Amino acid sequence: MTPPAPVESRTVRPVGPLVISIEGVTKLYHMGDETIHALRGVSLEIHRNEYLAIMGPSGSGKSTLMNMLGCLDTPTSGKYEFSGQNVASMVDDELADIRNREIGFVFQTFNLLARSDALKNVELPLIYAGLPPQVRHERATAALESVGLGNRVHHKPNELSGGQRQRVAIARALVNRPSIILADEPTGNLDSKTGVEIMELFEDLYEKGNTLIVVTHEESIARHARRIIRLRDGLIESDGPVD
Amino acid sequence: MDRILYELTESVRIAMAQVRANKMRSALTGLGVIIGIVAVTLMGTAIRGIDIGFNKSLAMLGDDIVYVQKWPWGNVEDWWNYVDRPPMKPEDAVALNRIFDGTVNSQLQLAVFSDARQIAVKAGGESVSGVYTTGANADFSQILVADFEEGRMYTATESDAARQVCVLGFDVAHALFPGRSAVNQTVIVQGQPFTVIGVLVKQGSFLGLFSMDNQMIVPLGAYRKYFGIRDDNTQIQVKVKDKLKLQEAREELTGALRRVRGLAPGERDNFSLNGGDGFKKQLDPIKQGIAFAGLFITGLSLFVGAIGIMNITFVSVRERTKEIGTRKALGARRRTILLQFLIEAVSICAAGGVVGLGVTYGLCLGVKTAMPSFPLEFSVSLVATSMIVAIATGIISGFVPALGASRLDPVVALRYE
Repeated sequence: MTPPAPVESRTVRPVGPLVISIEGVTKLYHMGDETIHALRGVSLEIHRNEYLAIMGPSGSGKSTLMNMLGCLDTPTSGKYEFSGQNVASMVDDELADIRNREIGFVFQTFNLLARSDALKNVELPLIYAGLPPQVRHERATAALESVGLGNRVHHKPNELSGGQRQRVAIARALVNRPSIILADEPTGNLDSKTGVEIMELFEDLYEKGNTLIVVTHEESIARHARRIIRLRDGLIESDGPVD
Repeated sequence: MDRILYELTESVRIAMAQVRANKMRSALTGLGVIIGIVAVTLMGTAIRGIDIGFNKSLAMLGDDIVYVQKWPWGNVEDWWNYVDRPPMKPEDAVALNRIFDGTVNSQLQLAVFSDARQIAVKAGGESVSGVYTTGANADFSQILVADFEEGRMYTATESDAARQVCVLGFDVAHALFPGRSAVNQTVIVQGQPFTVIGVLVKQGSFLGLFSMDNQMIVPLGAYRKYFGIRDDNTQIQVKVKDKLKLQEAREELTGALRRVRGLAPGERDNFSLNGGDGFKKQLDPIKQGIAFAGLFITGLSLFVGAIGIMNITFVSVRERTKEIGTRKALGARRRTILLQFLIEAVSICAAGGVVGLGVTYGLCLGVKTAMPSFPLEFSVSLVATSMIVAIATGIISGFVPALGASRLDPVVALRYE
């Protein structure tokens, strides 16, 4: 796979205030008697309006770092602040609230609720945010329109194509106006043409002022971002702008 | 607060969708609950039916009547303490009534002596054997619990003159005079003609043991003259003024009887005060035993149903682990996940409860039409109780798997395939 040449005309938006600050984060797993050092001291900062890719081979700590950034997991040691709040010391339900408010997830396997239509799927984070039905309906409809699915709101996931499903998932990630959108291999289950469409949508979201973090092992996908962090053996190998 | 409401609505919607999507599985699981609820509620109706029948029987004895007899009711092991007691005598009743009248604020109204035995009664070609025949004076009308279907009780004049008149129980009258009025007809008892002057309404049987409608009442004088009084069966029935002060009345009666019998202080009573309340005391433990054993055994079938619910909830949690992970990633708290699976378990149980109650109701109606005497009693409180039981079953059996689901690590749950 040959990496596409960087597009000449693409913009790099000025970064906003600090959103995520990680300092000396480690994560240990115990598998029987063995202790696995998934992260061995990682430090990084992410600002608003960044478009960031996290890369690394399997076993590099990429998934662990993503779970950490997504507040699905807490570090064994080190400091993690999200918009000034100390995530490292939060309990389950506090983490759930911060995920609900601050983070929009896009998964490789879409993870839509099979028995709910597109609209109900997109409304889900708003239910957990405690918003009343009519507000949920309006915002979910608007989110679906913004990803080009205004005419598919009442379709169930099995009535949609892979690309459309991922668009529903992106609408769901956007709907609660999160600080960051965290996408884990967003094109991994799509054909290359649909993958390109999804990456174009991401480009569009970035242009509109969203903060994107894409976790991928594909160079071609990573190169859509403005900054790439490469992990190896639980440490940051390189961190810099896309050349 | 709103958030909980929205989460609840969402949980109910998801639970319904889940049940719809797994119709067969939900139906089979629900069947376990249905069988359990039917078993428990049927037992409940039976227990209630027995209770009502029992109280009806006790009411036949009269709840304001004390029976003074030589022997106590129920089993007696120390028979030698009773066998030599003097029998009740008509004079005793007369003396008691004199004492009642002479006592200020007496709780006792009236004492009536009677004797009874089973005799065959004939009329025309018909004959009824074993009719429970009571000999008593006209005051007996105040002791009598049953009303008259037609006719009347004999008067004091008729009684004192030992006239050969009689009051028949419902079954006796209708057996001897099928399809026509028994009043003013003549029955033959041990070769003696008695004119029927009254017929009692149907009362049913006492505890299903013997019929209260297979009886006859005649004036004491005539009874004594033709059938003779057997000392062992005599009794004095005492009517109490206020049935709520029964205990007080019994104490007063004991005192009066001891005076009549001339018992010295320290001497033991040589009579027994019997009545419905004593019966109740004897039978209550038996009744409770039946109820406890019955509910325990039928409760086991509900327990099996609960295990089914628990199992299916475990399966549901397992199947939807990834969904749980997704929901948690999107901001579902532990409580939300817990509620979602609990509501699913409770919905199946509640539906099972409703269907089970319907089945029970149908069965009760069927049994009632087929066997009217069978004691089954369907009630509103039964509906409420069994719905509470069904929902509690759902909560209890769904709780452990739902709690497990709520505590899943989102990272692990998301990775689950």
